Amino acid sequence: MKTGDRGRVDLDSEECKGCGLCVEACPPKVLALASHLNRYGYHPATYSGEGCTGCGICYFACPEPGAIVVWRLKAEARPVAQAA
Amino acid sequence: MPEFAVLHEKPHSFYSLYERKGELQHQTHYCPGCGHGIVHKLVARAIDELGIQNRAILVSPVGCSVFAYYYFDVGNVQVAHGRAPAVATGVKRAHPESIVISYQGDGDLAAIGSAEILHAANRGENITVFFVNNAIYGMTGGQMAPTTLVGQKSTTSPFGRNVWNEGSPIKVCELLNALDAPVYLERVALGSNKQIMAAARAVRRALEVQMRGQGFSLIEVLSPCPTIWKKDPVEAQHWVAEELVKTFPLGVVRDRTKDAPVRPASAAPPALDKIPGILGLEQDDPGPTVGGPAAREPVELAVKVAGFGGQGVLLLGEVLAEAGLASGLQVSWLPSYGPEMRSGTSNCHVRIATRPIASPLVLRPNVLLAMNEPSLRKFLPTVEPHGLVIYNGAACPADCLRPDVTLIAAPFAQLADGLGGARAANIAMLGALLEAAPVPFESQVPNVLRKLVRSPKWLEIDLAALARGRQAARQEVAS
Ligand SMILES: Cc1ncc(C[n+]2csc(CCOP(=O)(O)OP(=O)(O)O)c2C)c(N)n1
Ligand code: SF4
Ligand code: SF4
Ligand code: SF4
Repeated sequence: MKTGDRGRVDLDSEECKGCGLCVEACPPKVLALASHLNRYGYHPATYSGEGCTGCGICYFACPEPGAIVVWRLKAEARPVAQAA
Repeated sequence: MPEFAVLHEKPHSFYSLYERKGELQHQTHYCPGCGHGIVHKLVARAIDELGIQNRAILVSPVGCSVFAYYYFDVGNVQVAHGRAPAVATGVKRAHPESIVISYQGDGDLAAIGSAEILHAANRGENITVFFVNNAIYGMTGGQMAPTTLVGQKSTTSPFGRNVWNEGSPIKVCELLNALDAPVYLERVALGSNKQIMAAARAVRRALEVQMRGQGFSLIEVLSPCPTIWKKDPVEAQHWVAEELVKTFPLGVVRDRTKDAPVRPASAAPPALDKIPGILGLEQDDPGPTVGGPAAREPVELAVKVAGFGGQGVLLLGEVLAEAGLASGLQVSWLPSYGPEMRSGTSNCHVRIATRPIASPLVLRPNVLLAMNEPSLRKFLPTVEPHGLVIYNGAACPADCLRPDVTLIAAPFAQLADGLGGARAANIAMLGALLEAAPVPFESQVPNVLRKLVRSPKWLEIDLAALARGRQAARQEVAS
């Protein structure tokens, strides 16, 4: 993780169905579909590891209830814009 | 090291594992990119945020979302196709403190369930409807829905929907907006990040309307179905934003959330033990049932009465059933006849039993009352071994015999004719039945005849026919 990132995401590669909606939705384009397959035969979404703003947009774009958890830097760090 | 806090995670109103199957318990059953998953998430989040998980009751439909109850950790009911608003009405009225959600697809809501949604909205039921419009029947493989776009191909509109053949897409919000009662109607979409956030707000607002007790709200969600649309999930999302919205404009269609009054509470339901009284089912005069049916020999009569229309087949069955009922037994009476009032074939199924009756159908009778030869030929093979067959004819045709059943044949129509009316043949046959198979409700039969036969002349003939039929059976059995 790059210092200075306002957010980060955890992706559950076993819940993910590789639909790619989060990849499409992410404004800074820090998500991608992996080249490997998960247990169920999907290319799961992965986080590049840096650049997440913690905007939360991928969370809302994702149809799976718990595939994405979005974290955001605690308030004392710096104020951030609300999700779109 | 900077400190992070969870901003968004799986809503608590979902189960942690979905125990629908032994495997894949983390995932929903939806196709990749299906809008149902997103709508589920928005609804579950709103339930969390509003703190209503303990009083939310979700009514799941028929359609791809039929298994919604496997995901939402709330009260759940799954109902017949299209009936969710009717069931939601009942649930809400019985549990006014609950928050009742009707979750429906467009086939469910706008096709087979069009009556239910219209009337629930018109009554202003205090329920919230989430209407997932994907312009197609998903679960059944892509048939045209009432919401399918003009020109859109489906398995049942293979050349594209044609307004002159299939009508125009139904705009549900606009349709419901013609009614007085709805409080809040909005159409949202899942075509872009912005649209999804607007949908999240609408979902929450609709639940708030119900929490305030104001009445009916419906959120229509334009939702992708990548599988049936044959698009990848991202293309399908774009198609929502670019095409679906042209036919179904987004926005608030009705908003009376500011001024709609709180709906008056519905009357408290009566206590359970008062219901028999309200329905007039209380037996103030137990009469001949003293001791209760359980105290007697168990009864298990499965009677088929068959003949021509006009022969009194149904009445014969009715007298039997009423007599059983009057002596406190379980009964069923199921008429079955063709479209003809007279002359066609007619039959009825009667069950009289000590124990509750599972089905009123009598496919294997233990008593057959055949009022003519075709009926005898048709149903004799279905009679249970050791059953009883009573036939309206001087003798059974030689090729119509079954050694394993008791057969009583007598010219009941002629006997009744001799008493003043051949039409009383049915009651004469009933007499024969009472004679041949002693039944515990025998004594009720004359009372029932007095109740059902209004004409004094016919009552007299019927009572005489009853006795004559008994006599005929005695002679038959003796001979
Ligand atoms: C009484 C009855 N009629 C028909 C069906 C078959 N059937 C199952 S789902 C469905 C249509 C579902 O379409 P929709 O409501 O749009 O939901 P989707 O699957 O697209 O989410 C039909 C016709 C049924 N199950 N029950
Ligand atoms: S939270 Fe925002 S920036 Fe971070 S991965 Fe998700 S969409 Fe991208
Ligand atoms: S949107 Fe969800 S299911 Fe689709 S690829 Fe991203 S994490 Fe996976
Ligand atoms: S068929 Fe369509 S509506 Fe049904 S689960 Fe798949 S994408 Fe969703």
